[in-house]
Amino acid sequence: MSSPLKPLPVWADVAVIPLVNVAAAFVISGLVVLAIGENPIQAVRILIVGALGDLEGLGFTLYYATSFIFTGLAVAVCFHAGLFNIGVDGQAYIGGLGAALVGLYLPLPGYSQVIVAIIAAALFGAAFAAIPGYLQAKRDSHIVITTIMFNYIASALMGYLLVNGLRNPKQMNPETLPFPPGGIVPQLHALLKPLGIVWPVTPLNLSFFLALAAAVFVWALIWRTRLGYEIRAVGANPTAAVYGGVSPARIIIISTLISGALAGGLAVNVILGEEHRLILEFTAGFGFVGIAVALMGRAHPIGIVLAAILFGVLYQGGAELAFDMPKISRDMIVVIQGLVVLFAGALEHMFRRPVAALLARRIAQPPI
Amino acid sequence: MQSFDALVIICASAIRLAVPLILACLAGLWSERSGVVDIGLEGKMLTGAFAAAAVATFTGSAWLGLLGGVAATVVVSLIHGYASIDQRANQIVSGTAINMVCDGLTALIGNAIWSQGGRTPQLPNSALFHPIALPFLTEIGAIPVLGSLYRNLISGHDILTYFAFLMAPVTYWTLYSTRFGLRLRAVGENPAAVDTAGISVRGLRYSAVLICGVLVGLSGVYLSVSQAAYFQPHMSAGKGFIALAALVFAKWKPWPALATCLLFGFLDAVSIRMQGAHLPGLGEVPVQAIEALPYILTVVLLAGFIGKAIPPKASGVPYVKER
Repeated sequence: MSSPLKPLPVWADVAVIPLVNVAAAFVISGLVVLAIGENPIQAVRILIVGALGDLEGLGFTLYYATSFIFTGLAVAVCFHAGLFNIGVDGQAYIGGLGAALVGLYLPLPGYSQVIVAIIAAALFGAAFAAIPGYLQAKRDSHIVITTIMFNYIASALMGYLLVNGLRNPKQMNPETLPFPPGGIVPQLHALLKPLGIVWPVTPLNLSFFLALAAAVFVWALIWRTRLGYEIRAVGANPTAAVYGGVSPARIIIISTLISGALAGGLAVNVILGEEHRLILEFTAGFGFVGIAVALMGRAHPIGIVLAAILFGVLYQGGAELAFDMPKISRDMIVVIQGLVVLFAGALEHMFRRPVAALLARRIAQPPI
Repeated sequence: MQSFDALVIICASAIRLAVPLILACLAGLWSERSGVVDIGLEGKMLTGAFAAAAVATFTGSAWLGLLGGVAATVVVSLIHGYASIDQRANQIVSGTAINMVCDGLTALIGNAIWSQGGRTPQLPNSALFHPIALPFLTEIGAIPVLGSLYRNLISGHDILTYFAFLMAPVTYWTLYSTRFGLRLRAVGENPAAVDTAGISVRGLRYSAVLICGVLVGLSGVYLSVSQAAYFQPHMSAGKGFIALAALVFAKWKPWPALATCLLFGFLDAVSIRMQGAHLPGLGEVPVQAIEALPYILTVVLLAGFIGKAIPPKASGVPYVKER
């Protein structure tokens, strides 16, 4: 280690470094595509056309993005409190249980049922996150380990319930009966049809707007409320927060509750918005995508929405890509996701020194 | 007698299921005792399994497969080491990244080469590790009870199994009876003190990460070149995380680590055996409950209800040398 790092200008810190990091992840991804014998530029073209080329692709892209906004926000809220919640996947899974229980067993008039189902998804997600949160706050159990364990506990619990209690008796598959029409979040194509607007049949549903509202809510919470200030204080320095009259234990529990409730949003989008019944492993690892989204979006709602849309493009375009270039299976997206976490998260300071050196040279150049 | 035989068979299966856990758990132990938290065991296990199966497929040799699997895993391990030690990264983030990249990359490359959805071709018998019959098998095997135990539990495992069981005492001895071990434990508790004594924190942590890579690589090799005869995407199926749970449960100590892995292996064997079985008075056994037991036990332990699991003091904390 040579000289200490000089602080960079704000614009470089906010824009240049993150962009360089994400670019590095994509360059390596391109090299991976090259190594398996395909043309990366061609691959990117197929990917973008598949994701954004027509309304159908766009619908799927935004549907995926909806899930990622929720999980990205869930991870980010905990980041601000200095916590790493790896359990978003499990919390969303249990959130799906809450939504399904309302959909199946609580008949309510009209769309009030789906509103209660959404609340139930958030409450179940929050409750499941609360246990690791409580254990971290009061018993000093590391939240990373407990949330990993809770993902597997959720998986086992839901597997048991879907096979033994909730399963549709007429089906061999472990899935429940479909929810009644009042128990689902309407899809966009169904809503636009009476207005005379033709939107192709895609799973995009009103949860997308709920996700955007959640992003605004998280922004307001973190940067415009007293609670948000306390969350950031605990995240930055728990000891200092105590001297400021903040109880870290209380903040840890509240942040995990909010995080778990946001994780429930994934269940709202997938279970109430698309599947309309509870199915096995519906979270499909999207809770982990939230980690990449939160890191890439630097835990800021605007960044998260943009990163979620990018990952929506990758997931939708990746499906098309796997079809056109069978060598590039959908696992490529997981690789990209991992590389984003590696470069935007773990190695975020790797390019700081070269960028700083470059900027210093630019600034030091005499005016012509 | 019949139930005794059934128990012996379950125990034999438990030993086989525990091998990857033991290797991965000891790998994590080395890394975390030096202060480098490793939640990337799952991804590294997949890397070892894939590289071993791929090399064994091309060369037809289990031993070359082993070398390939270990080499690939060491590379991944060093990436985590570079991020954690030199870049002072958040080690949880780095481990998460490793899990994702390895999970995707192994399936992607496997699919690109063999076009079987990521699965590698079935390895011929000659490219696998085989059970070793220990001496006097027929003589001792003829004795009742003891013979059955010797035949099924002690003898008849492959070299990796014996190696895994040997690694627990070796790890114990190295960590607690050698100068290197003392320093390694010290660097996980108080790196500044080690640095003051003129010993390289960086060097010690890199060696720990290296040993971790070798051991977890072998756990992957075991999965694809011994337990199965091929690699399949996501074939580690959470074993890396169970090993992590076992490490916490064993409070980062070698002998308890071995015992915990055997216990978790036993639970796994029981849950496989109990699939669809009915117990008198209980009805059908919920297999999921047994499967979830390792995780539940670990959480209960972490919560401090059965003893207290205290990690190495400096684990997860990057060391910044004073200027």
